Amino acid sequence: MKFYRNLTIKQKQIVWAWGFLALPVLFYSVIRFYPTGNAMLISFQDWNLLGSRTWAGWDNYTKLWHDPVFWKVFANTFIYLLLGTPISLVISFVIAYNLDKLRFMHGFLRMLYFLPFMTSAVAMAWVWRWFYQPVPIGLFNNVLASLGIPQIEFLRSTTNALPSVLAPAVWAGLGFQIIIFMAGLRAIPRSYYEAARIDGVSTWTVLFEITIPLLKPTIVFIVVFSSIGFLRIFDHVFNMTTQDPGGPLNATKPLVLMIYDTAFTGFDMGYAAAQTVVLFLILLLVSLIQLRILRDR
Amino acid sequence: MAIVEAIRPTTDALMKTSAPKKPANLGQILRWLLLFAGGIAMIMPIAYMISTSLKWPHEVYNVNLIPREPTLENYTYVLEDGRFYMWFWNSIIIATITTVSNIFFDSLVGYTLCKFRFPGRYIIFIAILSTLMIPTEMLVIPWYLMSQQFGWLDTHWGIMFPGLMTAFGTFLMKQFFETVPDDFIEAARIDGLNELQIWWTVAMPLVKPALAALAIFVFLGNWTAFIWPLIVTNSTEMYTLPVGLSTFGDEADVAWELIMTGAAISTIPTLVVFLIFQRYIIQGVVMAGLKG
Repeated sequence: MKFYRNLTIKQKQIVWAWGFLALPVLFYSVIRFYPTGNAMLISFQDWNLLGSRTWAGWDNYTKLWHDPVFWKVFANTFIYLLLGTPISLVISFVIAYNLDKLRFMHGFLRMLYFLPFMTSAVAMAWVWRWFYQPVPIGLFNNVLASLGIPQIEFLRSTTNALPSVLAPAVWAGLGFQIIIFMAGLRAIPRSYYEAARIDGVSTWTVLFEITIPLLKPTIVFIVVFSSIGFLRIFDHVFNMTTQDPGGPLNATKPLVLMIYDTAFTGFDMGYAAAQTVVLFLILLLVSLIQLRILRDR
Repeated sequence: MAIVEAIRPTTDALMKTSAPKKPANLGQILRWLLLFAGGIAMIMPIAYMISTSLKWPHEVYNVNLIPREPTLENYTYVLEDGRFYMWFWNSIIIATITTVSNIFFDSLVGYTLCKFRFPGRYIIFIAILSTLMIPTEMLVIPWYLMSQQFGWLDTHWGIMFPGLMTAFGTFLMKQFFETVPDDFIEAARIDGLNELQIWWTVAMPLVKPALAALAIFVFLGNWTAFIWPLIVTNSTEMYTLPVGLSTFGDEADVAWELIMTGAAISTIPTLVVFLIFQRYIIQGVVMAGLKG
């Protein structure tokens, strides 16, 4: 204690700061940085968990390049992104924009839209899976049948399955995006709208010349945030296709599911690690490109 | 960040609508009706989940929302074999401990990075910030190997160790500690409090809304977490609710009323919490979403 007492105030601060950070620094080193390096290392090795780890060089990556399943999965992952992000962006904006203009039971309506965000993806994937079943089980097809409309094969068709799996993911995320949009709308100064009204500008012009340009930071945030979510989609796909994960015929399989299968069903750790590195690079690139494009405009 | 500056003053005002008071016209009425219909459509999956969990098997395929003879039979049946109690308990333990740990460590680190000047501060800041770019999926394989080596597979510790601290929470808290005036901390120092006491008794009470936001996000995130618990557990007793529900769904096969009951058991608690603390949760989501 004598040593501590002789320190200057500044030096004491340093001692305290590092004392506070000791455990967290250990945590981030062991649970975040070491595994990151390890994943990259394993991606250059050949290892099935039981046998020995052997150096494989770029083998896992060339194998991935020539793997038709990977390209199918790669395409699926981007379809999730390219459908999911714009659709949820437009829907959540339209709802937030209109909800912002209402007073009557405002809080109640907002609650209805936000509620799905509080649900668990696994539970809701099973609910939607039930909705999609053929007659006489599934709700959607029962409703269609009662209206005399032909059945739709949702999860069993290779073309319909992916949008069907995507729908609950979009649905669950809307509430969050609506709330963020509404906060963005509130931040636009009233005086801009007043001025536009005095000038007699039409509602559409106000929307496209004032509201949307001023919402740009909010839009950038939502686009980047939801893109990362759709690129990492897993829970919904896995639970809606448990009898044949990613099926039918890999029609719904996203990259994270391929990683899970390769690592924990096939125990091909090197190959799976290579896929995780590719996922990492995709996430990095997509976020950087979006930030670039949306910032510049 | 620009977005933080742009939206900061509005988080508190979010609960009130800013729509001007106008006499209702046809357009407004139409807009309200459409949004109301949309809102009802939004909660339909939840409504059908609960409704079906209250139906007898022979009524499940009927599309009516209100069960003709509501029954709690499905709940008795599902809870009787005891697994849902175990999964529920596991989820509660993991989500609670992880939340407490994040509240403690994320705010401690955020506070230190915000209020202390010491060599290495910038490096630590950048290092923690950079972990935001690393997706969990990249880490699950090394975490699995680590768990295997240390005997953490199939334990509570194994499920929760990756989430005990988060970079997201650390930055959220750091942002909020910026709003605590340095004078308060100086004054406490002159009063003879040590740094730990200053953090805990002076700074922490001033950022309570942020702590609530962080707690909500961490708890909900862990309550619904799926991929890592799926990987790290392999015995039924260790499953969390989402993992248990996933296996239960396969096992129940076409007994959709039982699957809906299981889904309802894992969803209703968070919905109830939301309905009680709605105001705080929505504010928290905006704060966490915009500042993290």
